[in-house]
Amino acid sequence: MLRFILRRLLETIPVLLIIASATFFMLRLVPGGPFTAEKAVSKEILRNLQAHYGLDKPLPAQYAAYLWDITPKRFAPWRLFADTDRNESPDFDLKAAFGINLGPSFKYPNRTVNEIIADKLPHSLELGLWALAVALALGMPLGVLAAMRKNTAADYTASTLAMVGICVPTFVMGPLLVLFFALHLHWFNASGWYFASDRVLPAATLGLVYAAYVARLTRGGMLEVLNQDYIRTARAKGASETRIVLRHALRGGLLPVITFLGPAIAGIISGSFVIETIFQIPGLGREFVTSAFNRDYTLVSGTVLLYAGLIVALNLAVDVVQVWLNPRLKFE
Amino acid sequence: MKATAPTAPPAAAERPTSPGRDAWLRLRRNRLAVASGVFVVLLGVICVLAPPFLGHGYADQDLSLGATPPAATHWFGTDELGRDLLARLLYGGRISLMVGFVASLVALIIGVTYGAVAGYAGGKLDAFLMRVVDILYALPFTIFVILMMVFLKQPMDQLDTWLRQFDFLKNLQGIGKIVGLFAAIGAVEWLTMARIVRGQVLTVKKMEYIEAARTLGFGHTRIIFKHIVPNLLGPVIVFTTLTIPSVMMLESFLSFLGLGVDAPLSSWGTLIKDGADKMENFPWLLVFPGGVFAATLLALNLLGDGLRDALDVRAAKD
Repeated sequence: MLRFILRRLLETIPVLLIIASATFFMLRLVPGGPFTAEKAVSKEILRNLQAHYGLDKPLPAQYAAYLWDITPKRFAPWRLFADTDRNESPDFDLKAAFGINLGPSFKYPNRTVNEIIADKLPHSLELGLWALAVALALGMPLGVLAAMRKNTAADYTASTLAMVGICVPTFVMGPLLVLFFALHLHWFNASGWYFASDRVLPAATLGLVYAAYVARLTRGGMLEVLNQDYIRTARAKGASETRIVLRHALRGGLLPVITFLGPAIAGIISGSFVIETIFQIPGLGREFVTSAFNRDYTLVSGTVLLYAGLIVALNLAVDVVQVWLNPRLKFE
Repeated sequence: MKATAPTAPPAAAERPTSPGRDAWLRLRRNRLAVASGVFVVLLGVICVLAPPFLGHGYADQDLSLGATPPAATHWFGTDELGRDLLARLLYGGRISLMVGFVASLVALIIGVTYGAVAGYAGGKLDAFLMRVVDILYALPFTIFVILMMVFLKQPMDQLDTWLRQFDFLKNLQGIGKIVGLFAAIGAVEWLTMARIVRGQVLTVKKMEYIEAARTLGFGHTRIIFKHIVPNLLGPVIVFTTLTIPSVMMLESFLSFLGLGVDAPLSSWGTLIKDGADKMENFPWLLVFPGGVFAATLLALNLLGDGLRDALDVRAAKD
């Protein structure tokens, strides 16, 4: 197992290197710089600005400096959230934890990308976790139910609901939920991120789509497992249907769901761009889209890198759990 | 459709059956899938042919009218500039459907070629090519599409100017952006296709008729494209059908973020975005585009599922 994890860890290095390089060159080689929007800037000021941000050096030198800055130099993940009690220091301290320095922001004077991420990421993480909880809490029972009552009205209803959930995009679902629950029933605020109740609609919007996928996958996985011999054995021994599902079938039946968690997390991360826009949540997703429009090079590449790192790390975790649940996979 | 062997016609009255015909018969029994197929085709035909007969252009403003709810003159109502929503929906449908189909085609061509080469070559080349796919899989797609759309804006505008010097493209304002969408989305959607095709090729290439073709001295290109690729039709058709809705989803996602086609052109994504902004006072502006869009995605997904059952893709893979 340790060798498996180590090998997978090594494999992530080229992935992250490619992402970092692709982002770097994509941003540098495309026409238009971060300062092109401000027309009134004179040549001298522009030169000073570029010097300040290191843009006057030749491209290879910029690239080398960038790669060094983003290389993790220590491994202390427990320090990520170490200073939460003191207001001044960021909550999500990449520098203290890994020694990663993402540089100064081009558009927000006197702010570093590390600080901006520390500011915004916790909101996005919270949203993502709630959404994931909604997806699993709703999708798994629905899928198990559909599988246990295969080809009955309950199954068809659940499957149809799941299909509809997949086909209604978040940016339709979200506004519709707002229209009904916020503007019509006045149960929630239409947007904002201040009270606990403000979490409900965004998490539901983002979670429902993935609940639909989870339900479909759970149903398929459960159906496959319920046909196997050891289930028949359990049944022959007189185990109750509930016991069969909970004790015997669920472990194997949930494998497809766990495989899906990797892409789902990536999807929830990018889905949050839209959700954060709709509900005006001060998260990193909205910040990322804005920074791309603003050509804030360092903020864009820092965010992309962070997302990529998150996705790669979570995919790795998913793989490990999968191998743990199904040791046959290790040899493939 | 796979060709039947030119054998003598059987004596019985029934027509000889082929895998393609079998699949068609199976598909026809699945009423939901057939209805979905009919819906998609009909929608496409209406979007392409109907707009000139509406009497309203997609950019015709009538400021004195403003936003009105659905009525006899404007079936789906109008937006706050007095533009007919139905006309905008149909013109938007042209763009959304076109992006869906063309970008899927781009993904199809890249994916099939890549997968076929990897599977057929085998060995080190295969290992390398699939490793690349694995790495790309780990990338956050959506983020890269967003980056491409933002940072290729200027090149796309240049492309737009260049393309519009041709007479037949003169009226297609914003075509550069649309071509950009094809490229950006096609560039990220081919990975799964490549995997599926490679798996299928690995199975097919061990079959005897491929050996026969090789014995006859046919070149690799000919064997790949004439003998192997036709046998991939089933999975490729199914997967392409399922790629179209996910491409359309991505396109409208980009439009929602303001990275899609520019006004006055509209895709369903931009219409939904506008509708969401104004839903408090004019809910029909959100409900109609959202409904049509979701219905189209639903139909395409149901059609894809039906095709999968009809072409028995899972069984063909095992």
